Amino acid sequence: MTVEIAKHRELGLTDSEFELICEKLGREPNDVELAMFSLLWSEHCAYKHSRKLLRRLPTEGERVVMGPGENAGAVDVGNGYAVAFKVESHNHPSAVEPFQGAATGVGGILRDVFALGARPIAILDSLRFGELDSVRSRHLLDGAVRGIGHYGNSIGVATVGGEIYFEAPYEHNCLVNAMCVGLARQDEMVRAAAAGVGNTVVLMGASTGRDGIGGASVLASAELGDGDEAKRPTVQIGDPFEESKLLECCLELLEKGLLVSLQDLGAAGLTSSAAEMASAGGVGIDLDVAQVPLREADMEPFEIMVSESQERMLAVVEPAKVAGVLALCAKWQTGAAEIGEVTDGALIRILREDEVVGEMPVEALVEGCPLYDLEPAEPPGWTYGNRQTLAAGASPQETLLALLASPSVASKRWAFEQYDSVVGSRTVRRPEAADAAVLQIPEAGNAVAVSIDGNGRRVACDPHAGTVEAVLECAQNLACVGAEPLGLTNCLNFGNPEKPVPAWQLDRAVSGLAVACEALGVPVVGGNVSLYNEGPDGPIYPTPVVGMVGELPDPGGTCGNAFARAGDAIGLLGPFAPTLAGSELAKLRGELAMGLPQPDVAAVAAACTAVREAVRAGRLASAHDVSDGGIACALAECAIGTGLGCQVDLQPLRERGCTPEEALFGEGSGGFVLSGERGALEALGATFIGEVGGESIEIAAGDRSVAVGLADAERAWRSLPAHLQ
Amino acid sequence: MRWGVLQFPGSCDERDALKACSLLGEARLVWHEERDLGDVDAVVVPGGFSYGDYLRAGAIARFSAAMEAVAAFAQAGGPVLGICNGFQVLCEAGLLPGALLLNEDLRFHCRQLELIDDDGERLSIPAKHGEGRYYAPEDVLDELEANGQVAYRYAPGQNPNGSARDIAGVRSRAGNVLGLMPHPEHAVDPLTGSTDGLKVFEAVAAAGARA
Amino acid sequence: MTRARVLIRPKEGILDPQGKAVERALPALGFEGIEHVRVGRMVELEVEDPERIGELCEKLLANPLIEDYEIERLDGAA
Repeated sequence: MTVEIAKHRELGLTDSEFELICEKLGREPNDVELAMFSLLWSEHCAYKHSRKLLRRLPTEGERVVMGPGENAGAVDVGNGYAVAFKVESHNHPSAVEPFQGAATGVGGILRDVFALGARPIAILDSLRFGELDSVRSRHLLDGAVRGIGHYGNSIGVATVGGEIYFEAPYEHNCLVNAMCVGLARQDEMVRAAAAGVGNTVVLMGASTGRDGIGGASVLASAELGDGDEAKRPTVQIGDPFEESKLLECCLELLEKGLLVSLQDLGAAGLTSSAAEMASAGGVGIDLDVAQVPLREADMEPFEIMVSESQERMLAVVEPAKVAGVLALCAKWQTGAAEIGEVTDGALIRILREDEVVGEMPVEALVEGCPLYDLEPAEPPGWTYGNRQTLAAGASPQETLLALLASPSVASKRWAFEQYDSVVGSRTVRRPEAADAAVLQIPEAGNAVAVSIDGNGRRVACDPHAGTVEAVLECAQNLACVGAEPLGLTNCLNFGNPEKPVPAWQLDRAVSGLAVACEALGVPVVGGNVSLYNEGPDGPIYPTPVVGMVGELPDPGGTCGNAFARAGDAIGLLGPFAPTLAGSELAKLRGELAMGLPQPDVAAVAAACTAVREAVRAGRLASAHDVSDGGIACALAECAIGTGLGCQVDLQPLRERGCTPEEALFGEGSGGFVLSGERGALEALGATFIGEVGGESIEIAAGDRSVAVGLADAERAWRSLPAHLQ
Repeated sequence: MRWGVLQFPGSCDERDALKACSLLGEARLVWHEERDLGDVDAVVVPGGFSYGDYLRAGAIARFSAAMEAVAAFAQAGGPVLGICNGFQVLCEAGLLPGALLLNEDLRFHCRQLELIDDDGERLSIPAKHGEGRYYAPEDVLDELEANGQVAYRYAPGQNPNGSARDIAGVRSRAGNVLGLMPHPEHAVDPLTGSTDGLKVFEAVAAAGARA
Repeated sequence: MTRARVLIRPKEGILDPQGKAVERALPALGFEGIEHVRVGRMVELEVEDPERIGELCEKLLANPLIEDYEIERLDGAA
């Protein structure tokens, strides 16, 4: 016997949400209206479970030009210029079709940035997959990397940084978070709010087809089950060539002052962009679907309204300027059609020529969605399991080599060489050459640095402390290149918020994010939330991904992360108090458990300031922060980079109370490994720990001393490709 | 020296080429619909993905009005430099022999590598492409080598794409048209890499002076 | 208007890494006894003057230095 499921439930709305819609409309919604509500009231668009939490985040600062609520955030970088940036997820589409999912993720975030009038200048990607002994994870990694390369390289925006992690909890729910940074003249930037009753609404870019129909509600607001093959038709296909033309066209339109406002079409297509533009502007909007250029002839109004065809932008244009807009679009060989009008009043009306096929109050669509409180509950213990891959009796040498070879720690050169990191002539520090990417901004006479970081495993051990650490990691990476943080964007990737443990993780993580940002004085200028990342084995690690942008006054006044000269002293700076909790070593030993030490934010911030100033003054030969795999791995990375070994004694760390193992392989915030002249390091307050030179990495740590040849270390660290044969 | 850098829908490195050329003279962009190069002394066909690399890389760009003007300019002995996608366009247009195929390992690679010019000098220049494997029939390759038309080779062990005989760049028989896969425009600023790329532009300018 | 289909493939003797990659992947997927895989492109079009298709292939659709092509008229004519 088949049970007919109510249409609204099939589209992801609860019964009470449906009743609320009927109440707001004063009647039941028709199909067009129901489709539009189902998308805008989905978790992905409405942030139903996270909106209340996000209000805790600090969003203001004197350098903020655009904060949350616009297409992307932006900060002032001087001389009339602003840097716009944002990170967004494309997790569910990438799990289904990794190449197109990752490619369109890049396409979408690029549009968010150029919708402000900022020319994209850099892309970064934060990726997470299951362990590489899984065929599926190898397939997803390969597809995602090729997709990011395909889109970013074709459109000519440099991909300058990123991270890739491999952990079992991501096996069924990979994470693909894409970040974009753009540069704009502040007087040419534009907001998304529609304005001017009687102004024309113009749709630009590619024609509209059936891509991604129902994508937002079907994919992003539900856990992935065994039937995800059938979801393939809802995956969007990207065309970077189309976007390249659209981008140049939009920037020229803004330069010539032809647009009142601009909004990109992303999740929920025309529905969300039109409704959000109207809501932001406090106006109404009429759209005629018969004017929308279609790729497939027989599309219904609701399909046209919810299609997620890529490479489209919506603009509001004064009637007198419409001809000029159409002419520029023709020059750039990109589509343009007048599809509607800004109206007085508060309704969004969908017309098919003269017939009204849908009519809703804008506020009901955009702000009317109920927001839910979480019901968090702390888990009883470590619930993600453990798997031992390193023998119990492994020697310190074997341990270091195993850590360096661990895919999460190993060099990601295999991946980043598939990305163009030099186009645009701004890249002062290419991937792996320094802890953050550095891009010169000759227009503003300075440079910006960007880092993207997160560690889901550590956040699972303690969501509050783990998230604080992610923010500190970014700040430390920026300090290593001499940059001062200006603003932050974040993507919160979590499980099902209706379940108590993911709810607790989300709640504690947002608290940690708020605390860290307040303490560092870094505002959150935008971000994204991706929930319901759960598979048959349970939720992913709670994974807040943080992207931070900073500035430095002189692109020449920066340094790399590898040792520069034999004979240089090596120093350790910062309140580094390593433990094995949540560490890569604990993972390899199968000893992961709840609990992380609490980072001392103020002390880490002070260390960042000291390192930043020393880098800017040219007093350091290299600077590298300590993260995955502890100091031993950090030192190995510094050595492998230039082929210069080191002789180090970690006695000073042991004097702080660490065991030899904690000293070598323990993790936590606040560790900087610096090299340069001994006097300069000590003047900075760094503790001398050794010297650069020789052909091996020798680290004394009581009864756990390590000596590994450079060649062996490099072989281990560059071994990622071997997992992919 | 007045440089003209072509711009097609989908070009990526045209502004980088413009910056590089500006270090050695005046430079302007030439929109693909322009039929007249005007007072341009040297032409650069830049890198990128003109027309999305659709059908074949460079196959559509080569029919543009600007490329017709470039063909006439080259015929008259004017210096032309094709970089990466530009090299592909010049081969499709028949201004240079051979063709560029998919990299042997089917992957795009971006890395700094060394080229050897025909004086035996090493240049450090980045290469970034997915379709850079140079191909020509064996007899054509023999001819190119005999005539001194192989302008650049990848240093031993550094061939990123499987190009025949490690060929990274070739010249036309007359010597005024040069194409290479690596990107000299990304090797002109000490802040972002090496400055060996300037030598490639200087060689092109010199070829023009000789013509 | 006549419908036609053009099949374009790499010339014999040209290294075809896509074809090789496909060929190498087949045994792991349970397909034995398959060799000589070549991967090419297919272009379909509707044309007023079918006699011009050859010229179109020579000039644009294929690169005669590295590719062979085959024209298939879908109106039954040769």
